[in-house]
Amino acid sequence: MRVLAAMSGGVDSAVAAARAAEAGHDVTGIHLALSRNPQSYRSGARGCCTIEDSNDARRAADVIGIPFYVWDLSERFHEDVVEDFLAEYAAGRTPNPCLRCNEKIKFAAVLDRALGLGFDAVATGHYARLVTGADGLVEMHRAVDQGKDQSYVLGVLDQDQLRHSLFPLGGSTKDDVRREAAARGLLVAAKPDSHDICFVADGDNAGWLREKLGDRAPNHGGAIVDDDTGEVLGRHEGTYGFTIGQRKGLRLGRPAADGSPRFVLDIEPVSGTVTVGPRERLAVHRLRGTRPRWCGSIPDRLAGTVQLRAHGEEHRAVLTRDGDQVDIELLEPAYGIAPGQAAVVYDGSRVVGSATIAATDRVAAR
Amino acid sequence: MTAAAPSRTVYLDHAATTPMVPAALEAMTAHLRGVGNASSLHASGRHARRVVEESRETIAQALNCRPGEVVFTSGGTEADNLAVKGIFWSRRDGDPRRIRVLTTAVEHHAVLDAVHWLGDAEEAEVELLPVDDRARLDVEALRATIERDPGSVAVVSVMWANNEVGTLQPIHDVVALAAEHGIPVHTDAVQAVGHVPVDFAASGVDALTLTGHKLGGPYGVGALVVRREVSVQPLVHGGGQERDIRSGTLDTPAIAGFAAAVELAVKHQAEHATRIGALRDELVRRVVEVVPDAHLHGAPLAPRTDRLPGNAHLGFPGCEGDSLLMLLDARGIECSTGSACSAGVPQPSHVLLAMGCDADQARHSLRFSLGHTTTQADVDAVVEAIGPVVERARAARR
Repeated sequence: MRVLAAMSGGVDSAVAAARAAEAGHDVTGIHLALSRNPQSYRSGARGCCTIEDSNDARRAADVIGIPFYVWDLSERFHEDVVEDFLAEYAAGRTPNPCLRCNEKIKFAAVLDRALGLGFDAVATGHYARLVTGADGLVEMHRAVDQGKDQSYVLGVLDQDQLRHSLFPLGGSTKDDVRREAAARGLLVAAKPDSHDICFVADGDNAGWLREKLGDRAPNHGGAIVDDDTGEVLGRHEGTYGFTIGQRKGLRLGRPAADGSPRFVLDIEPVSGTVTVGPRERLAVHRLRGTRPRWCGSIPDRLAGTVQLRAHGEEHRAVLTRDGDQVDIELLEPAYGIAPGQAAVVYDGSRVVGSATIAATDRVAAR
Repeated sequence: MTAAAPSRTVYLDHAATTPMVPAALEAMTAHLRGVGNASSLHASGRHARRVVEESRETIAQALNCRPGEVVFTSGGTEADNLAVKGIFWSRRDGDPRRIRVLTTAVEHHAVLDAVHWLGDAEEAEVELLPVDDRARLDVEALRATIERDPGSVAVVSVMWANNEVGTLQPIHDVVALAAEHGIPVHTDAVQAVGHVPVDFAASGVDALTLTGHKLGGPYGVGALVVRREVSVQPLVHGGGQERDIRSGTLDTPAIAGFAAAVELAVKHQAEHATRIGALRDELVRRVVEVVPDAHLHGAPLAPRTDRLPGNAHLGFPGCEGDSLLMLLDARGIECSTGSACSAGVPQPSHVLLAMGCDADQARHSLRFSLGHTTTQADVDAVVEAIGPVVERARAARR
């Protein structure tokens, strides 16, 4: 096959490209330039988006012995990922930009262009496994390395996208990948993993949002209100600095009456009110998802599991499809579920699909 | 994408760098085996110095300047920086009112970034002069800009020929205008020497940049030809080897190779231009036959005096230049999108934007640049590949 390997400059995508080449595919490496001004994105060789990372990717391609190019996706990335991220926070939700990037950039803009140019597939360093099922459909399963599994952020891929994807690392552990990178002479073998959002330079999400939202921020501050008493406990500098379930950084002078910690229960962007209360009031037993994406066949009803945030735990759940919405009933309550995040539904290790969390039903109202 | 490795490389990026000619390679390697610092006083040093001075004389003869006017540098970028900054500093020292730097919007970054640095760090007033839709300087705009306050102009820098679209600039008009007010003129002639006639004395410019690797010489060596009467403050301080305006041990082997290449390039310029110009014309004509909406950017092919003979800068509507480049590369055909890169991040060409193209038009372009090793077979290969490649690139954009 003719394979386009997306190379971030990290160890995973480098080994993925090397494995694809070794498997006999005709591989071309590309690095995605996602910022018009690379210096403005995260500095230091920790992930993607910097000049150093572009050079690391190029040197990996040299060692593997494949052609290498840089593709400028900065405009698409800005429109589809960064702007979406801003709009979601402005609306009081908590988006996952990595998911959006996979859906709109890596497996859409890049894949479409690759197919147009005569490639058959895009290979990435994501940890997920693809297998062809008895029905001929390509199934995506969790990676062998449970700690590194990235099937959650790939839950937005449909069958068409999966058919043209390669994830050569799904059967390996991260340790094996690092060892293999060293054995292959790839200089990125010991490069640290990336964790933060690539376009938030210093990891200060709230500061970045404050600067970028500017006048578009729904509010520049408001009250932090006790869910029980209605008492104003403090002030904040903008609702976009909060996410449902957040405990740290509330800076409330006094503890709750019973001494237990308080969590963000609700964010009201129009009034600017952030409501806080005890953890048990975060418990959710049902959620409603919009914009469902299905990896293969579309279920009407499914008893499986659902994952509600990256690297989050699995919850047993029953999914019921209702047109272009989904209803997910959790068999035991989940805590800190933020609208805007993705609910990715699994049947065993297989990813069934995903939806964006629009609303949640709490177990205990006040 | 073709799975099979290309059997032969069709190299059509001579404006980026062109292969060394055998005479230059021989001259350079011969001296790489020797020893001698051209500043040393013993026999080996004297020998190295002799090689350098003979090289200087060879270049002077080829360009019609005096040997003492040739200042060796590490290449075109250093020579451009030395000219723009060095002349600016000297002129401002002579009269603090002289703070304006005039240049075109289509210069190479070696000039553009140097003048912008002067603006940022030295409070120079930088004025970028407009060009027409062929990238040719608007001479009347230059006149008006100078005449607004001639006494405040420190230096004018206008390239001899544009590196992206190949347009030749009206250097004689620029010199005539500047001369009325005694303003020094620098020209970046990196793309011009060996491709079009360049006569330093007759041109009337005060400083001229050339570089080895664009005319069959080695990388890493170039020269600023600068009139003795023009004061230039140094950029690099040290031993003062080159007229006290450029320091650093002279690279004798590279200078020998450079001189050999300049001599040959200038000697064969006319026949080279005729042969390469004919191949270029054929390439443009046949590509447009295959891809009817492809169009030439810059000056028309005729008259030949308006455009570099080896430059074919073509727009392919509906395509990304990057896609075209990648698809041609996979077929062994090497060309350029003509855009500046930082970390390989393609930006829309400032030259095409200055010519009035929008960002989209600026991105659908390819530069084929022909040179001394280009053959009919190279042109045939492009014509054969371009149809399917453009079709693919268009599909990739839908």
